Amino acid sequence: MSAPAIGTTKTAHSDVAPKKKRGPGALATAYLVIYNVVMTAGWLVIAVGLVRAYLVRGSYHGLYFSIEKPLKFFQTGALLEVIQYISSNVMIMLCSPAPGIVPSSVVLTGFQVLSRVFLTWAVTHSVREVQSEDSVLLFVSAWTITEIIRYSFYTFSLLNHLPYLIKWARYTFFLVLYPMGVTGELLTIYAALPYVQKTGLYSVTLPNKYNFSFDYYTFLILTMVSYIPLFPQLYFHMMRQRKKVLAHVEEYKTE
Amino acid sequence: MSRTTFFEVEVLDGRTRQQLCFLDKVEPHATIGEIKSLFHKSYQQLYPARQDLKLDPKGKSLRDDDVLQNLPVGTTATIYFKDLGPQVGWTMVFLAEYLGPLFIYLLFYFRAPYIYSHQDVFTSSPYSVVTLACACHTCHYIKRLIEAIFVHRFSHGTMPLRTIVRNCVYYWAFSAWLAFYINHPLYTPPSYGDMQVNYALAIFVLCELGNFSIHVALNNLKAEGGPKCRRFPHPTKNPFTWLFFFVSCPNYTYEVGAWASFSVMTQCLPVALFTFLAFIQMTIWAKGKHKTYSREFKDYPHLRMPIIPLLL
Repeated sequence: MSAPAIGTTKTAHSDVAPKKKRGPGALATAYLVIYNVVMTAGWLVIAVGLVRAYLVRGSYHGLYFSIEKPLKFFQTGALLEVIQYISSNVMIMLCSPAPGIVPSSVVLTGFQVLSRVFLTWAVTHSVREVQSEDSVLLFVSAWTITEIIRYSFYTFSLLNHLPYLIKWARYTFFLVLYPMGVTGELLTIYAALPYVQKTGLYSVTLPNKYNFSFDYYTFLILTMVSYIPLFPQLYFHMMRQRKKVLAHVEEYKTE
Repeated sequence: MSRTTFFEVEVLDGRTRQQLCFLDKVEPHATIGEIKSLFHKSYQQLYPARQDLKLDPKGKSLRDDDVLQNLPVGTTATIYFKDLGPQVGWTMVFLAEYLGPLFIYLLFYFRAPYIYSHQDVFTSSPYSVVTLACACHTCHYIKRLIEAIFVHRFSHGTMPLRTIVRNCVYYWAFSAWLAFYINHPLYTPPSYGDMQVNYALAIFVLCELGNFSIHVALNNLKAEGGPKCRRFPHPTKNPFTWLFFFVSCPNYTYEVGAWASFSVMTQCLPVALFTFLAFIQMTIWAKGKHKTYSREFKDYPHLRMPIIPLLL
């Protein structure tokens, strides 16, 4: 989904209440700063690419093709974030007395990145016919703006020099961008359905040696249905985070 | 001069800090369990199993057998309350979790209407392995039900309702999914034929017997030891318990073995997936248990691994 990654409750909480916590070491911090700068730059490239293509063509149709490669590269690159979270949390998991508990930030981040990667590769890339749909532009632009803000937020946070504007943007823009992105995603999946059904894309039928079947068409429909319970949860979670983060800043301001 | 000082207990809501209940003239040797019963009198809906009482809202929960005067409180104790939500007794939990898969699988085996196509209703598979699989699956869950009713002793009395609903959905949905393929008219029997089926069946039976032996051994441990004398399990005369030499939780080892052999016997990918997920969950539990044992007993054997001998 196109929401700004919720998995950064660590960084979010450091805005709310300065806590003594084990932060990453110097080497890890350097890596993370570089990673986030590169990602910010990458999404800026995509944003610029979209604007230029619009100016050249004079219309906003079919802009996907102009940013297809960087989009795939940088969106897939976000998988590294899941690894980052897992590796920073794996020590906690191994040492905790109840190792069954996974920090929710890992689950949420992982889930969001996976759903984005799914949209990019398993829907948009795989079903050529939807690539010229306007719904693709809708979610790509939502993702682009969100990611530029999000990665610059992380970069500045790591350098302990976070401008209030970035923090405000991160916790405010989602109010519009998230529904916009979700709409684009749903419309794109919906547009892909007839082609998937016709070609039997990614589907396995019986009989076969492993007694297994998979209907991608039904899977896509179930994916669309899953947005109904999941989207409000994530959206309201971000709204609660917003209250916490922005309210505390006001408290500091009045002191 | 009277020596008995009665305690006063005020119960506050853990979140709002509002006073929910004030108990005066509480005996100093009253237990938390008794205080929960007193609290229940004021709030009919909140039976003791639903109450979570703590001295510090962010701290650990108090146990039912904690005695009031042994706690770090003055003569007026402030206790924080949290509602754990509707609770269900363990026996009910297991009945719900196991009866579901038992009957659901049978629905698929007998090809009840609306599952497969119209001409397949109430037909049966020509393959013996399909009937065998049904027998294995059914016996597995009957065994679990028998253990739940007669063998297991539970340390906590209840489980939250939410957790049960989630667990039941998981077990029921998965058993429906794997039953669907095994009993499907287009089912393909194992590639290596009867040899594959028979070897897998043998291992399945051994693992079921093993799992049962371990449950009995653990149960006897609790019976002999009593609540205060804690011991860790040892191998006994029963050869199935000799796995205790190598692992802390051989019941989980046997369980994984049973499902793995069931996967091989049916050569069905969904079963293998179920086995894999069960393995992950049981490994997490086994690691936790192993850690608890290692911490609590200084003489805990070093050779033992949590779930897989010598490896994991």
